Amino acid sequence: MKIIVCVSLVPDTTTKVKISDSNKTIDETGVSFVINPYDEYAVEEAVQLKEKNGGEVIAISFGTDKYKEAIKKAFQMGADTGILIKSSDVFDSYTVAKNLADVINELQPDIILFGKQSIDFDGSQIPAMVGALLNLPSVNIVTKLTIADGKATIEREIEGGKEIIEANLPVIIGTQKGINNPRYPNLKSIMSSKSKPIAERQPTYTGNKIEVIEMNLPKAKSKGKILTDGAASVPELVRLLREEAKVI
Amino acid sequence: MSNKILAYIESKDNKFKNSAYEVISEAKKLSGLLECEFDVLTISDSNNPGINNLGEYGVKKIKIVDEKKLNNIFGSDIKYSYSAIAKVISETASSGGYNIILLSATSFGKEIAPAISVKTDSAFCPDCIDIKISDGNIIATKPVYAGKSYVDIKFNSDKILLTLRPNVFKSIKADSENIEIENIEINSLNISQSDFKTAIKDVIIASEKLDVAEADRIVSGGRGLKGPENFSLIENLAASIGAAIGASRAVVDAGWRPHSEQVGQTGKTVSPSLYIACGISGAIQHLAGMSSSKCIVAINKDKDAPIFQIADFGVVGDVFEVLPVLTEEFKKLT
Ligand SMILES: Cc1cc2nc3c(=O)[nH]c(=O)nc-3n(C[C@H](O)[C@H](O)[C@H](O)COP(=O)(O)OP(=O)(O)OC[C@H]3O[C@@H](n4cnc5c(N)ncnc54)[C@H](O)[C@@H]3O)c2cc1C
Ligand SMILES: Nc1ncnc2c1ncn2[C@@H]1O[C@H](COP(=O)(O)O)[C@@H](O)[C@H]1O
Repeated sequence: MKIIVCVSLVPDTTTKVKISDSNKTIDETGVSFVINPYDEYAVEEAVQLKEKNGGEVIAISFGTDKYKEAIKKAFQMGADTGILIKSSDVFDSYTVAKNLADVINELQPDIILFGKQSIDFDGSQIPAMVGALLNLPSVNIVTKLTIADGKATIEREIEGGKEIIEANLPVIIGTQKGINNPRYPNLKSIMSSKSKPIAERQPTYTGNKIEVIEMNLPKAKSKGKILTDGAASVPELVRLLREEAKVI
Repeated sequence: MSNKILAYIESKDNKFKNSAYEVISEAKKLSGLLECEFDVLTISDSNNPGINNLGEYGVKKIKIVDEKKLNNIFGSDIKYSYSAIAKVISETASSGGYNIILLSATSFGKEIAPAISVKTDSAFCPDCIDIKISDGNIIATKPVYAGKSYVDIKFNSDKILLTLRPNVFKSIKADSENIEIENIEINSLNISQSDFKTAIKDVIIASEKLDVAEADRIVSGGRGLKGPENFSLIENLAASIGAAIGASRAVVDAGWRPHSEQVGQTGKTVSPSLYIACGISGAIQHLAGMSSSKCIVAINKDKDAPIFQIADFGVVGDVFEVLPVLTEEFKKLT
C-alpha cells in the first residue's frame, strides 16, 4: 500500500501572538515550531495502515527549509521517506493544495492522509481542495477509518453525531482527534529516522488567489466585574447579565 | 464585471437552520453595498415550509434542487453525497453567472466549500467573521491561530467564495419580497455517477442537543468539576438557559466528556453571545477558542485564574456551591 501523509509546521500552541512589522504576519522571534497537532493523527494512521497492510509511508510538506522539521517528526513516528516542495515564499492554501496535488498525482498512492486543519491559518480546506484537483473522494473530520477490499468505510464527526461514509480508494482523509493515539517516538525510532531521505522539489505553481492585507490582535477587553462572595454573589451576577450585558 | 451573489442555505429535518438566515442577511447586505442581485439556493424537500417565509428576509428568488431526486438519480441507497452537493452548487453558480458564493461554515459548509472553490475557480476565504467593501472590493476578516489574531483578506479574482462562521452574522428581517420559486431540474445540472464520490450511508445523531459550534449560549466545564459525575451541574445550568455544553481539553483527555465538546485551539472555536466557564483555569489554548464570545462569565475558586483576565463577569467561588444557586436563579427568569 502506498500511503502519503501531508504535514505542516505551525507555531506551538503556547505561542502568544505578536504581530510583525509588516503588519501581515506574526512575529516569529522566540516562537517554537512544531508539526501541526492534527497531522500527528494523520501520520499515526498512515503508519498503522502500513503496519497492517505493508507498503510505504511518504511524508510531504510544502514550505521553507524549516518545514523539514515536520517531515522529520513524521519519520520518528514511522514514515519512510519525505518530500519537501521547497518554497521561499508563503502562499495561500490553494497554491499549497495545487503543489501537493501535483506531487500526489505523480506518485499514484492508495490513500492520502491530512490533518483536519492547520492551527495557523485554520483553513480546514487543503484536503478537500486536493480531492477536487485530483478528482478523488475526500472526507474531512474523520474519527474512524477502515480499509477493506479497495474500499474505505469512514466515520466523520458532525454536529451532535457522526456520518458513516463509503468511498473507493484512492481516498483523501482529514484526521480528527479521536481517530487514534499518536505514538511517542522512542530512542530507536529517533535514531533510525536520521538516515531517512528527504527529496527536494521545486514548486509547480505559485501565485495567490487571496492575500492578507493586514493582521490585527483582538481588541483589548476592558476589565471585567469580578464578584468575590461565592454563591452569595449569584443574584448580583444574574442582575448584571440581565441589565448590563442583556444576554439573559 | 457586474457582480451576482448566490447564497446557499442549509436545512435540517425540513427546517432551515439558523445559519441559513445569517447567510441570507449577509448576502442581502452585500448585494446592497455592491448594488447587485442576490439569489438563494437550497437542496431540500421542495415542500420545505420555511421557503415561503424567506421573503421576509428580502429574498426575491430561491432555487431549489429536490434533495430526494438528487440522491436517488442513480438509484443508489445513499442518504446524500458531499461531492454531488458540491457539484450542484458549483454548476448552479457557474451556469447562472454568480461570481460571489456564500455558505455557512457549519460542518456541512466546511466539507463542501473547498471543492466548490476549485470547481468554480474562486478565491476562497473560509470561516469569515466580517465582510466589508472597500473601494468596491470585498475584504473579509477571518480569525487565525484560533482567534489569537485576525487577518483581513483581499481577493485577487472576481470570483469569490466565502464561508461565514455561524452565530457571528446577524439575521435581519427586511422589506418583505414576493418570493419566486425556481425548481431546478436535476438533469440540467450535468451530474454523472462519478460526481457521487463519497456516499453517506448513515447518519447517527448521538444527541439532539445543539452543538457547541452552533450554539448562542455555552456552559463549559473543566477539571474544577472534579469528576465526570459532577457534570450534571453543568448540564442543569445549561438546560436552564438553553445552552450547549462545552469542555476544556483536560476533561476531554480524561475521558469525562466527548471530544466534540472540546473548546479551544485544538477543539472548536466558538463565538456565542454568552460563555460561562466553570472550573476552567483559562490556559492559552482554551482562551484561543472562546475569547471572541460576546459575554464571558468565569466561575473559579482561584481569584488569580487567568480566565478572569478575559471575563466580563466573574464569581470567585466553588462551583459546587455557585452552580446550583445560579441554575435556580436562571430558572426563575423563564
Ligand atoms: C498542543 C496542545 C493543545 C491544547 N489544546 C487545548 C484546547 O483546544 N482546549 C483546551 O481547553 N485546552 C487545550 N490544551 C490544554 C491546556 O493547556 C490546559 O491544560 C487545559 O485547558 C486545562 O483544562 P482545565 O482548565 O479544565 O484544567 P486546569 O488547568 O487544571 O484548571 C482547573 C481550574 O478549576 C479551578 N477549580 C478547581 N476546583 C474548583 C472548584 N471546586 N470550584 C471552582 N473552581 C475550581 C482551579 O482553580 C483551576 O483554575 C492544549 C494543550 C496542548 C499542549
Ligand atoms: N504547507 C503544507 N505542507 C503540507 N501539508 C500541508 C501544508 N499546510 C497544510 N497541510 C495539510 O493540510 C491539512 C489542512 O490544512 P488547512 O487546510 O490549512 O487547515 C493539514 O493538517 C496538513 O495535513
